[in-house]
Amino acid sequence: MRDRMSGNEAVAFAMKQIDPDVMGAFPITPSTEIPQYFSKYIADGEVHTEFVAVESEHSAMSTCIGASAAGARAITATSSAGLAYMWELLYVAASSRLPIVMAVVNRALTGPININNDHSDSMGCRDSGWIQIYAENNQEVYDNYIQAMPVAEHCRLPIMICQDGFITSHAVENIELLEDEQVRSFVGEYDPEHYLLKKDEPLAVGPYGISPYYMEIKKGQAEAMKESRTRIYEVAEAFAKISGRSYGMIEEYMMDDADFAVVLIGSSAGTAKAAAHGLREAGIKAGVIKVRVFRPFPWEELRKALRGVKAVAVMDKSEGFSGWGGPLFAETRAALYDLEESARPLLQSLVYGLGGRDVTVSTFEAIYEDLARTAEAGTVEHIYRHVGVRGDEEGIQG
Amino acid sequence: MTYKLKEELNKKERFAQGHRLCAGCGAGVAVSAVLRALDEEDKAVVSNATSCLEVSTFIYPDTAYEDSYIHSAFENAAAMTGGVETAYRVLKKRGKIDENFKFICFGGDGGTYDIGLQSLSGAMERGHDMVYVCYDNEAYMNTGIQRSSATPRFADATTTPVGTKSYGKIQNKKDLTAIIAAHGVPYVAQTTMLGNFRDIHEKAHRAIYTEGPCFLNVLAPCPRGWRYGMDDLAEICRLAVDTCVWPLYEVVNGKWHLTYEPRTKLPVSDFLEKQGRFAHMFRPGNEWMIDEAQQYVDEKWENLKARCE
Ligand SMILES: Cc1ncc(C[n+]2csc(CCOP(=O)(O)OP(=O)(O)O)c2C)c(N)n1
Ligand code: SF4
Ligand SMILES: [Mg+2]
Repeated sequence: MRDRMSGNEAVAFAMKQIDPDVMGAFPITPSTEIPQYFSKYIADGEVHTEFVAVESEHSAMSTCIGASAAGARAITATSSAGLAYMWELLYVAASSRLPIVMAVVNRALTGPININNDHSDSMGCRDSGWIQIYAENNQEVYDNYIQAMPVAEHCRLPIMICQDGFITSHAVENIELLEDEQVRSFVGEYDPEHYLLKKDEPLAVGPYGISPYYMEIKKGQAEAMKESRTRIYEVAEAFAKISGRSYGMIEEYMMDDADFAVVLIGSSAGTAKAAAHGLREAGIKAGVIKVRVFRPFPWEELRKALRGVKAVAVMDKSEGFSGWGGPLFAETRAALYDLEESARPLLQSLVYGLGGRDVTVSTFEAIYEDLARTAEAGTVEHIYRHVGVRGDEEGIQG
Repeated sequence: MTYKLKEELNKKERFAQGHRLCAGCGAGVAVSAVLRALDEEDKAVVSNATSCLEVSTFIYPDTAYEDSYIHSAFENAAAMTGGVETAYRVLKKRGKIDENFKFICFGGDGGTYDIGLQSLSGAMERGHDMVYVCYDNEAYMNTGIQRSSATPRFADATTTPVGTKSYGKIQNKKDLTAIIAAHGVPYVAQTTMLGNFRDIHEKAHRAIYTEGPCFLNVLAPCPRGWRYGMDDLAEICRLAVDTCVWPLYEVVNGKWHLTYEPRTKLPVSDFLEKQGRFAHMFRPGNEWMIDEAQQYVDEKWENLKARCE
């Protein structure tokens, strides 16, 4: 089924096709449209979900925790400050092993307030025990959403399906939708083994976990996260069969023989690909790696894909304030540690696009040029830089 | 249906012995009294805000609850319970479950008057079919007796200590019961553990079996934080009620009713003098504290009577 929709509408449409049990949500730009579209579906009798119009995101996540523990499929959507407000409960949802599905429309965190895209919100909670899958465009966010429940419910881990605020959430693009029936049979019924409302089997959730037990619980989560990669691949494979569209942990673009590469997440991958394509015509071997799944971290895939590349810029759309580069950079660099030295690329961190700062094809051209100079010099001059900051001489302008 | 404590006590306990609350703790007595008001054939999901109660009744892997139970955080118990209740409605509608469940949430005064007030207000306004029970022990006991907005004026708490420049807490207690009543929910009541427990039983039963969001505020004395003997729960509750420090009333569909009027209203000092947290009020020169405490209680009581039909 071909259509034209924004990323927000695509997510709401996927939700409608799934017809989950409970949605708790609170408005925040740029994710507000998702509960709005969804409320309209409910108002028109197209879905049977109970929508709980809570008084805060904190209560949205609390609603999802209660509903999910009770045995329902529970969903929410949020951005930025809303996600930050849920923080404490993200850990609770994960440790209670509740497969809640959250649509995250990435937006900068406040300080100063800014409604535009970057990844500081979901990157901030990267260690909360949620699977995180990011999309480049509307099609991907729709496809990722359809895959979310089969992954989360199997692994008993909550999952964030992320897209870039405004860039993806509000831009109307062509999209290929599955039929309702296909979606329903792909996602299936939610049939948890234990839940609060189960007949003749009371359940207690959310204990005081004293030291002799706490670590076992955490290790259980860690194991589930490690194993989730297998499930992510399985679900992607099954999805490819019904849609013809394939997904992995990362996407490699012109990486087979690349000398220079950028590693990044989300919508800017499209711009990077356009730049790499242009440079290829000029004989420069540029490539792009788009990280689709950030949690669990695709370290094996990255190590394989980056082996032998001469120079690489790992681009973070969030400031980790580590004083040494963003989170994607730090983890990518760690993933390459045990490559033999001759195969280990020169690596640098570029922080870009904060609060919606634009990056264009020419920005990426400047980045690739810089990578070529780095490779030529055989050493990284500045390991940690910013892109497009006025008056920043160490940074990259373009 | 006439209430007989003996018969009630013959029902299967839903709140098991063996929890780790202090001996004489009012919270545990309140919980078992409220849960006894459930009809035997009904199932329940019990929920908690983080508190003394929570950390003493579900310590992995042991739970004190016979029914299903959930806790997730300090400030979100009402919203979380609303989520459980919503799931129940959907799953029932979809034919996935067929039993009747009731939803009863317990939070301390900290988790209710303070950090969880927004969550509670939201859940009450949205109309979830649940009962929220605040067991009010007038401070954050779990973290070591810090003041809350439920702590009465003059009380010596660890963040309002009595000192050469301090007489304890400065502010009066927040009137949470009235705040929740102002939400226009079908049933709100104040109660505590008295005599044969008829008052708390009947109010809990009414709250559980009234459709929609209902609220009980239960004075649940804490021997440790209030500094009185652990055997004196009944006496402390009785004095709170007979001094009108803790009036018993209910608000049914917006109509206020006193459910108990002391035959002789006792002086507030009778209640205060039993508790170490008010000991400084009885030192020479501090008579004004007792006078002001009395004045405050009298005013509140007169206002309440005027409101009740
Ligand atoms: C967000 C958050 N802040 C603080 C705490 C620490 N804390 C746990 S219980 C508690 C006090 C509980 O007081 P109350 O609700 O009155 O229950 P009580 O222990 O007195 O029965 C506090 C401050 C917490 N768990 N979560
Ligand atoms: S400190 Fe007070 S409220 Fe907490 S368990 Fe002991 S008696 Fe009960
Ligand atoms: Mg308390």
